[in-house]
Amino acid sequence: MSGERELTYGQAFNEGMHQLMAEDPDVFVLGEDVAGKGGVFGSFVGLLDEFGDRRMVDTPISEQAIVGLGIGAAVVGLRPVVDLMFMDFVLVSMDQIANQAAKLKYMFGGNAKLPMTITTNGGGGLSAAAQHSQSLEAMLCHVPGLKVVMPSTPYDVKGLLVSSIRDDNPVIFVKHKRMFGAKGPVPEELYEVPLGKAVVTRTGADVTVVAYAKMAADALVAADELAKGGIDCEVIDLRTVQPLDIDAVIESAKKTNRIVVVHEAVRFGGLGAEIAAQVQEEAFDYLDAPVARVGAAFSPIPFSPSLEQAYIPDAAKIAAEIRSTLNRPAPGAVR
Amino acid sequence: MTMTDGSITNEIMKDLHERMLRIRFFEEAAGKLFEANKIPGFIHLYVGQEAVAAGVCVALRDEDQISSTHRGHGHLVAKGGDLGKMMAELMGKATGYCNGKGGSMHICDLELNMLGANGIVGGGVPIAVGAGFANKYRGNETVSVVFFGDGSTNIGAFHEAANMAAALQLPVLFICENNEYAEYTARQDTMAIKDLVERAAAYGMPSKIVDGMDGRAVFEATEQALVSIRAGEGPVFLECKTYRYYNHHGIQTLGMKYRSDDEVEEWKARDSIDSIEAAMVAESISTENEVAATRVAVLAEVDAAIEFAENSPLPDPSELLTNVYTEMSS
Repeated sequence: MSGERELTYGQAFNEGMHQLMAEDPDVFVLGEDVAGKGGVFGSFVGLLDEFGDRRMVDTPISEQAIVGLGIGAAVVGLRPVVDLMFMDFVLVSMDQIANQAAKLKYMFGGNAKLPMTITTNGGGGLSAAAQHSQSLEAMLCHVPGLKVVMPSTPYDVKGLLVSSIRDDNPVIFVKHKRMFGAKGPVPEELYEVPLGKAVVTRTGADVTVVAYAKMAADALVAADELAKGGIDCEVIDLRTVQPLDIDAVIESAKKTNRIVVVHEAVRFGGLGAEIAAQVQEEAFDYLDAPVARVGAAFSPIPFSPSLEQAYIPDAAKIAAEIRSTLNRPAPGAVR
Repeated sequence: MTMTDGSITNEIMKDLHERMLRIRFFEEAAGKLFEANKIPGFIHLYVGQEAVAAGVCVALRDEDQISSTHRGHGHLVAKGGDLGKMMAELMGKATGYCNGKGGSMHICDLELNMLGANGIVGGGVPIAVGAGFANKYRGNETVSVVFFGDGSTNIGAFHEAANMAAALQLPVLFICENNEYAEYTARQDTMAIKDLVERAAAYGMPSKIVDGMDGRAVFEATEQALVSIRAGEGPVFLECKTYRYYNHHGIQTLGMKYRSDDEVEEWKARDSIDSIEAAMVAESISTENEVAATRVAVLAEVDAAIEFAENSPLPDPSELLTNVYTEMSS
C-alpha cells in the first residue's frame, strides 16, 4: 500500500473505472443511465466526458438484452462492463447470466473466453424495500462458471475491480449501497486484489467471524465492542464468495475453534450454510461449538425503517451471536 | 455476388445447391444415427429449411458472425462447419467441436465466426446483438446474423434485443425462420398476427417477407439487406417462410395430431433442393449427371464424417472439470 491518501468506497470504484478504461481500449460500459447520469449511485460519473458515448453506452431498460449484449461483445473479444442498477435486477437477466454467460465456455469445449464484468449494487438499509435491497449472492455462487465479488473497503473496491475487469471469466461485482461513503486508504496507481483470496482484517484467539461486504465492516465494529469485555475476535473478510477462500476459514477455525458466519442475505440456504458444512467436513475435531450463522430473517425485505432495522443483521446482532457461541452472555443479560 | 444484371451466377447456384445438400444429407444421417441410439440426448433436425441457412450463408463474408438456435446444425453446415467434428459432437465424442461437452444444442465454431447454437429459445438473440455492437465499436463492416424461429419472437429476450439493435443502430441481420410451429403448437395459436415482419415494424426495423423454400430468393434478400447494414443503416429483419419436415424433436414426420399429413406433403412438394436442381438443369447451369455427381460427392463427405465420429473416443472422465473457468495466470 503506497501513501496515506484516502478515498471513499464510491470514489475508489470511480477512479478504478477511469484508469481501467484508459488502460484498455476494449473496455466499455453498458447499462441504464450509466453515461448521461453517471450511474444510479454516481459510480460512472465523469466517464462520458473522458471517453465519449462510443464507450459509455446508455441502453433501454432491458436487462436481458444488456447482459446478452455484453456476452456477445465479450465472445468476439471486447471487455464489457455491464451495469445492472440493483442486484435485484440480476433476476430479470438470469437466463443470460446463468444459462448463457456461466456455461458458454464449458458448453463450447473451452473454445471461448468471456471477459465480462457485471457491476451492480446490493444490500439493504436504505428503505428501498423488497425489490431494491436484496443480497442474492448465494444464487449466483450456486452456478458454476460465475465469479462473485463483494468488497467491503475502498482499497478492496479498486483492487478487486481491477482483477474483475482483467479476468477472462464472467464476474459479478457487487458494491454495497450503504458503503459508498466509507473512507479508507487507496493507492493512486492500478493494483490487483486477487479474486478468491480472503483477508484477515483482525487477528484474535477466541472466535473467528467470517463475513463479507458491509457485514465485514460491521463485524469489526462488533469485535471492537467485544474486546472491551475481553473477547478476542478474529475477523475474516472473504472479499469474493465465488471462488470461496475456504482454506483461510479452515486455518482460522483450527486456531480459534469457533466460527460465526455473518451475511446480510437470508440465513436459510445462504453462504453461511455452505461455509458451516465445509468447516465441519475439514475441521470437525477442532470445533468447540457448532458453527453459528447470522443472517436475515426468512421474509422479503420490509420498507419501514423500524422493520428493516429488525430484519438486517448489524454489529449488535453479530456481537450477540458471538457471545452466544462463546457461552459468555453480556454483563447483566438474562439467559 | 450477383451478375451486373442482377441475376445469380452459376457459381452461386452451385454453391447454394451444394450447401443445401450437405445440410440435408448430414441431417438425414444424424436422424438415422439418433434412431440407432448412436446419438444421445435430443435432436432437432433442420430438414426442410435448408434454403434459409444456405441462402443466407452464401451471401456472407467469412468474418460475418452467425448465431443459431436449438435447430442449429444447418446453420453451422452452411457456414462451412467440419462435418466430422459436428457428427463427433452429436455423438458426444472427444473429437467433437465442443469436445463432447456441448452436444447438438451448443455446437459452435468460433473460428468460422459461428457463435453457437443455443438451447434456450430466443437466448441467442441478445448475444448476436452484442457481436453486432462489437463490430460497430471496432468500426468495421462486419455483420452479425442471428437465426431464430417464429416461436422465439414470443419471448422477451427477442423483443429486448430487437429494440436494442434498432435503438443503437447496430449491424445485425435478423433471420426469422417462420416454420409455422413452436415445437408442437401452431403459430396461429400463439400469436394474433399473421406475418412476423409486423414485429420488426414495431421496432422501426426495415423488413421483408421471403420465400424460405427458395434458396435464390433468400440469397438475394440477404445480399440486399447486407448492403444497407454494412452502410451503417442499422438492423434488417427478414421473415423466411419455411417448413420443418420432421417433428420438433426426433425423426417422426407423419401421423401427428398437431399438423396434418396433407400439410406436410404440400410443403414437401415445394422442396428447396428438388426445385433448385430442376432450375439448374432447366437453365443449363448443370447437367443431370453433374447434379447427380454432386449428390454422390456430398454423401461421401457425410459418410466420412460418420466414420470419423464413430471411430473417435469418448471424452475421458478426467475432462469433467476442465474449462469451467478460464485459468488466470496471476
